[in-house]
Amino acid sequence: MAADSLVNWGLLSLSAPGWGGVLLQGFFNSIQIAVGGFTLGLALGVGGAFGKLYGGPVLRDLLECYTTVVRAVPELVLILLLYYAGTDLLNQVLALVAIGPVDISGLMAGIFVIGVVQGAYSTEVLRGAIKAVPAGQIEAARAYGMSPTMVLRRITLPAMLPYAIPGLSNLWLIATKDTALLAVVGFSELTLVTRQAAGTTKAYLLFFLAAGALYLALTLVSNVFIGMLERHARRGLAVNR
Amino acid sequence: MTDETTHAVAFTPEDLPTAKSFFKPHRIVMMLVFAAFVVAVAVFMRWDWLPRYLPRLGWGILVSLAMLFSTAILGFLLAVPIGLVQVTGPWFLKLPAKIFCTVIRGTPLLLQLWLLYYGLGSLFPQFPAIRQSFLWPYLREAWPYGVAALTISFAAYEGEVMRGAFAGVPNGELEAAKAYGMGRWTMFRRIWLPRAIHRALPTLNGETVLQLKSTPLVATVTVVDVYAVISKVRQETFLTYEPLLLLALIYMCLTGILVVAFRTFENRIPTRGA
Repeated sequence: MAADSLVNWGLLSLSAPGWGGVLLQGFFNSIQIAVGGFTLGLALGVGGAFGKLYGGPVLRDLLECYTTVVRAVPELVLILLLYYAGTDLLNQVLALVAIGPVDISGLMAGIFVIGVVQGAYSTEVLRGAIKAVPAGQIEAARAYGMSPTMVLRRITLPAMLPYAIPGLSNLWLIATKDTALLAVVGFSELTLVTRQAAGTTKAYLLFFLAAGALYLALTLVSNVFIGMLERHARRGLAVNR
Repeated sequence: MTDETTHAVAFTPEDLPTAKSFFKPHRIVMMLVFAAFVVAVAVFMRWDWLPRYLPRLGWGILVSLAMLFSTAILGFLLAVPIGLVQVTGPWFLKLPAKIFCTVIRGTPLLLQLWLLYYGLGSLFPQFPAIRQSFLWPYLREAWPYGVAALTISFAAYEGEVMRGAFAGVPNGELEAAKAYGMGRWTMFRRIWLPRAIHRALPTLNGETVLQLKSTPLVATVTVVDVYAVISKVRQETFLTYEPLLLLALIYMCLTGILVVAFRTFENRIPTRGA
């Protein structure tokens, strides 16, 4: 009967007969991938945004192709393409330089895949944020004789932060949710682990609701930190928005 | 999501290239390189499976599009009341709408889909009343769960957009409507809703493209859309790249068509100045 399977809380216990520990391990994997992917995406995004704004015409067009493709093709398809093609290409390259094939861990592949997707998104967010920095500030820095890297470090990056944080925090939330898509390529993150636990015990609703609660908790906790970060980055800014 | 993020995540009309800027020397060279790449892909990769699967692919694309449009329309119809009650409603409507948006936007769509399909799908057969009802033949299929999950997701994201849009309609316009003696319903129908939809339109474009990007998830619950057809091709032919490249191309074309259609639609709406 349904009522029994709904209230059997023992299934969620952390020790062996329960699946709570497995679920938390999957949750930990998800967070690891989200953090790694978001960081990689941020690095790609900074490079991409500066390339798009200050690069030559060829670089600019190549980056435009990158962001267009990622924004027009479903994440699920990109993840499959990058997951299979990425590992395959890496092994072929390694074979060329006479190193045998390596076994790429699911974690690294997942971070790579999420990172490439996030890279395109954060390129767009950061490009918009950099464009929002008043040109006079950058010109003033140049007039002081700062080198381009120093302008970047001292003026552009700190000054664009308040404009970039709302977009970037949304991207972080998207990254945490996109990790669920790695379930389709068989990486044991929270969603796949949940499905396995549910399939074994037949307590589908209990486990999917528990996983949903974990994801929701991650989002809500992130929102608290994002709020703090945003207040910090906006300090000293006129409150007109 | 803010307008800005939707734009960063979804391809929108602003990204379409203009014809004038398209032909520059370096672009012509790049296009030639790309053409050589396409020819190489066409010649050196295996495409002999394509004619056999063409009818099924066409059917799959239709299923994907049906999923997109049905869920976007249903979701939008749900999003209007969800957005509205968050702006003017009493607390007992406002609170559930807020919780609904937060929960749906805070959890992955794949998890919601599997919760509905595996969770509710395993619960329903246990009730004889449902088994004997006229809905049962549909509830045994996979697509109602796909439609439900995608609709709920679209309603939550778009509900948040509509909340902002309803709140952003200038108060003076509503006061003017009141001064003309319009009732609440007339005012909503003639002024508030059209103005809010107009304000939400750019974000609506982006959300629809995002919805297209979400549709392949229904393939994980055995709905045979274009993604599922390609998966079948991959299983039967043991090819890795070719079917996936074709799939990416199909989705890019669909996105492109969708974006162009939206831009023509948007240009037909008269606006005064900015």
